[in-house]
Amino acid sequence: MNIFVCISHVPDSTTKVRVGPSGKEIDEEGVTFILNPYDEYAVEAALQMKEKQGGEVTAVCVGNDAVKETIRKALAMGVDKGLLIKAERSRDSFGIAHAIADTLRDRSPDVIFCGKQSIDYDSSQVAGMLGELLGFPSVSAIVGLEVDGDGNITLERDIEGGQEISKTKLPAVLSTDKGLNEPRYPKLQGIMAAKRKPIEETEAAPYENRVQVMEMRLPPAKDAGKIVGEGVDAVPELVKLLHEEAKVI
Amino acid sequence: MKAIVFVEQRDGNIKKSSCEAIHAAASRFGSCTAVVIGPDLGDAYAGLGAYGASKVIAVTGDGLENYSVTAYAKAFSGVVQELGADVVLFSATAMAKDLAPRVAIRLDAALASDCTELTVQGDEVIATRPVYAGKAFITVTLATPVKIFSLRPNVFTIGETSDAQAEVEKRAPDLSDDDFVVRVVETKMASGRKDVVEADVIVSGGRGMGAPENWRLIEELADVLDAATGASRAVVDAGWRPHAEQVGQTGKTVAPSLYIACGISGAIQHLAGMSSSKCIVAINKDPEAPIFKVADYGIIGDVMEVLPALTNEIKSVVGK
Ligand SMILES: Cc1cc2nc3c(=O)[nH]c(=O)nc-3n(C[C@H](O)[C@H](O)[C@H](O)COP(=O)(O)OP(=O)(O)OC[C@H]3O[C@@H](n4cnc5c(N)ncnc54)[C@H](O)[C@@H]3O)c2cc1C
Ligand SMILES: Nc1ncnc2c1ncn2[C@@H]1O[C@H](COP(=O)(O)O)[C@@H](O)[C@H]1O
Repeated sequence: MNIFVCISHVPDSTTKVRVGPSGKEIDEEGVTFILNPYDEYAVEAALQMKEKQGGEVTAVCVGNDAVKETIRKALAMGVDKGLLIKAERSRDSFGIAHAIADTLRDRSPDVIFCGKQSIDYDSSQVAGMLGELLGFPSVSAIVGLEVDGDGNITLERDIEGGQEISKTKLPAVLSTDKGLNEPRYPKLQGIMAAKRKPIEETEAAPYENRVQVMEMRLPPAKDAGKIVGEGVDAVPELVKLLHEEAKVI
Repeated sequence: MKAIVFVEQRDGNIKKSSCEAIHAAASRFGSCTAVVIGPDLGDAYAGLGAYGASKVIAVTGDGLENYSVTAYAKAFSGVVQELGADVVLFSATAMAKDLAPRVAIRLDAALASDCTELTVQGDEVIATRPVYAGKAFITVTLATPVKIFSLRPNVFTIGETSDAQAEVEKRAPDLSDDDFVVRVVETKMASGRKDVVEADVIVSGGRGMGAPENWRLIEELADVLDAATGASRAVVDAGWRPHAEQVGQTGKTVAPSLYIACGISGAIQHLAGMSSSKCIVAINKDPEAPIFKVADYGIIGDVMEVLPALTNEIKSVVGK
């Protein structure tokens, strides 16, 4: 199996966001970058597929040299090799999907895993776009995955108020949601081995964003709320406020 | 500008958030055409006129009763091209998150996901969308002739409804087996409680609830409020609650009118999923808990005592 996993290099989820000097992007000064949390499920799914069916797993990232650090994290988890598609970091999801599709088209992927969304721009677009660009089926935000020996796959995903089971076949693009698996932690041995694993580099074709950011701003600061009181005694007052002031019950 | 709205139905039921999108389109672009894919329900779709759709195109055919991302993308894009629309709206549901990116490629259109505001200024459509889990917002314009926006459910209103009936036209697209390479074979709906994403009121519990059996207190309060039940990641990871209930950065993003956080500390990743709720109530025994910084109302106290009292008090006020 020729397995690819697309990974995104994002600010840690505890980052306090500040708007940078351009007024359109965050100020990256002092920000710690991590492997996108949803992509950990994608890496785990890729590794489990290799363990069952054999083959090789390649982690793909579109970005500048700084993202190599994140590729190494995937290598430390057990991915065999990295593929850095060099491009400016501020690409929209279409630009990313395009660069990945152009690069993987001639490498006969059997399956491409993505995360459900990248926790920077929260777009949830790359997987579906990649599927359509490559002419592969795509299923997003999966929480269950079964593959048989003939490449038939059964998938489960959460929908509003329930779950949906779908069937398709390889080659396919699948994006992963929390609940699919428990991502493994890199072991010391894996971290050492990652340093020696290869990261291939290619260039993405130039691209101009289709989704153009005019401005980034912070949400209006919220006034600290009212502490109604302590314990059970505060309950009648709270209910009165909810009923008469906030009018929500 | 000519606007088309993708309307989602499951088992013949139209999603409320699709009606929000119809109203958003009709109020900004003067009129809109709604496109529904699914079973042939005759003129039942004419009722979408109430939200502002002037025309409904019902797309039916073998296999289209159940969702298939590939077949729906082809069928829907075909209608958009036929009508020559330049703005396409979706409600950002689980289906739309799966479908809209494929439609965007087929229409060679840019897509802005999960928008919370949409304004028209001359020839420009300007969208606002949350990024970094709501820690910042960006305003964007789309640089392609056809522009696609998905709207966050529960943020746009359905407006005043009228008794207008929309004209219903049918389409039966030409699809082959290959177009159904992905297909939904089964849908399992949980009975009873609403989903957090669609609920107007959410009662949510965290590690401060102490143990899974104490969720009965959450359920009882949720019953009197006709609310959904939510959870923090700590309790989902502990196996106390299902993944579908998790609210936060790696869970669901919600925007109900009322969010009641019980024994939840208010970690930044939890706040990311619920801070745009219209009214937030926190019950926590620690006065320093960060949840109090975003709560509109707070009670410092033990959930085991406060929750039953709250349920009783609300019962007497709302008269249930
Ligand atoms: C990448 C990443 C993603 C994450 N995504 C999410 C996410 O999507 N959603 C999410 O929720 N978290 C998420 N987290 C986890 C988050 O950081 C917190 O660990 C989690 O939200 C804490 O859950 P909690 O508030 O239930 O528990 P705790 O932080 O342990 O808080 C329990 C609270 O209960 C109070 N308490 C205890 N006993 C009582 C009592 N008897 N009565 C009243 N109050 C009581 C305590 O004072 C405390 O404030 C994520 C973390 C990471 C690293
Ligand atoms: N720069 C990138 N390089 C490689 N894969 C990416 C990149 N950005 C996003 N992805 C993948 O696409 C998924 C969804 O991202 P998005 O559609 O941008 O929310 C992520 O979880 C990754 O799997």
